[in-house]
Amino acid sequence: MSTTPAPAMPALAKMTRPSDPTAADPTVKIDVSRMNFYYGEKRALHDISVQLGANLVSAFIGPSGCGKSTFLRTLNRMNDIIPGTRVEGTVLIDGVNIYDPGLDVVGLRRRVGMVFQKSNPFPKSIFENVAYGLRINNLTKSKSELSDRVEESLKAAAIWDEVKDRLHESAQALSGGQQQRLCIARALAVRPKVLLMDEPASALDPIATQRIEELIYDLKKDYTIAIVTHNMQQAARVSDYTAFFWLGKLVEFGRTEKIFTAPTEKLTEDYVTGRFG
Amino acid sequence: MERVVRHFQEELDVLKSRLLEMGGLAEQRVRRAVQGLAEREHDLIESVLIGDEPINALQLEIDDRCLKLLALHQPMATDLRAVMAAVKINTDLERVGDLAVNIAEAAKRYAMHPPVKKLIDIPKMADIAQAMLRDALDSYVKRDMALARQVLHQDDSLDALKTQIFRELLSFMLKDPSTIEAALDLILVSRHLERIGDHATNVAEDVIFMVSARDVRHNAPEPDLQRN
Repeated sequence: MSTTPAPAMPALAKMTRPSDPTAADPTVKIDVSRMNFYYGEKRALHDISVQLGANLVSAFIGPSGCGKSTFLRTLNRMNDIIPGTRVEGTVLIDGVNIYDPGLDVVGLRRRVGMVFQKSNPFPKSIFENVAYGLRINNLTKSKSELSDRVEESLKAAAIWDEVKDRLHESAQALSGGQQQRLCIARALAVRPKVLLMDEPASALDPIATQRIEELIYDLKKDYTIAIVTHNMQQAARVSDYTAFFWLGKLVEFGRTEKIFTAPTEKLTEDYVTGRFG
Repeated sequence: MERVVRHFQEELDVLKSRLLEMGGLAEQRVRRAVQGLAEREHDLIESVLIGDEPINALQLEIDDRCLKLLALHQPMATDLRAVMAAVKINTDLERVGDLAVNIAEAAKRYAMHPPVKKLIDIPKMADIAQAMLRDALDSYVKRDMALARQVLHQDDSLDALKTQIFRELLSFMLKDPSTIEAALDLILVSRHLERIGDHATNVAEDVIFMVSARDVRHNAPEPDLQRN
């Protein structure tokens, strides 16, 4: 683990409009500074600096290949598993630089959970899927505590009522939307601080999508959420802040209502109005 | 299977309560202006003349809320109609607030002359106009089409009273030209009250559109959408 002392949390002054009476003064959870990211020689992210507030939903939008998913994956070092990648700059989460060479990456990924586009339950029972992370990390002391944590996670992911009578049946018998919520429960079980979601609803029908969106809205009470979506309307519905990426650059970051009603940059305006290209 | 997006619904509920608040303010100001006129009460009249700010602030806030709801939630069908209705009702209520100021201005001028007559029909008009406004807003909140239709019918009695007031005051003016200035102000007030009724009617028409998707403005027949 890094021993870097946590700096004082700056207020997100530059993220909020002074005239916006609803703008709280959120503390910074994730502070990315001058980040460059390379796949081999190819620079995929250019000089990204952004601060994501605690207990807020931040959405990343932009056309395919703009770097939004790459950026999301830098936040829990998921890109480390791709050979030839390299990061410059700093990513502070709760004031700790996650690229510190001494950092425990497994611990990081426990604190910064992730949910993917395609739900990927293990070929195990519903219960075991959620219990898995708790078991391998030895996070519970007794069987009853394990059961409690599984139940708590399934409830938080709004799937408990649908699965409570069949916890020991295979997770793969669940519908796509249920599998995705199970994966969210699995991510929540290890009590992360941050939840990264990479297109979490793009493979789901509108009703399952709506459930996930409502879940995101509920979860932000307890978690800081970053979500990548190619669905602009989804970003508009679920997020507090929106970041628009284009060609590996962060073009604009601001309150979602501002991005979708009066963006500052012409490029953002062209993208959200569908006049892109 | 009906599922309601809570987030959106919560926002819509706030929007409704803000509109109600605005309607309450507008109604109160009309009542004060007419009471000030009838009782020649200077302070009451002044309070209407200077107190338009809260309604104006609410108009801006409600427009902003509607803009955000449309941009962020892309509501469809009944939800879309609810936001559209809110945009239009907002404009109508702000106009009612302005008309209350117009009535207060006339009342201030009227108070500088001896009374033309005892005011009977103007307070009656004011009661009807306020009731229409209240019912129209109630129908919006309760999505009550029957109540909205009632508002449309009440408008006729308001129009009839306005015509009656005009005729009566015309006879006063013909008889005694020194009453012309004061009588004209009363005619103006009746005109403003009639306009308030028109705004309440607009609100009621918006409610019918919101609930049933039927556009009944300009006496349009109500098509049976179920059959199409």
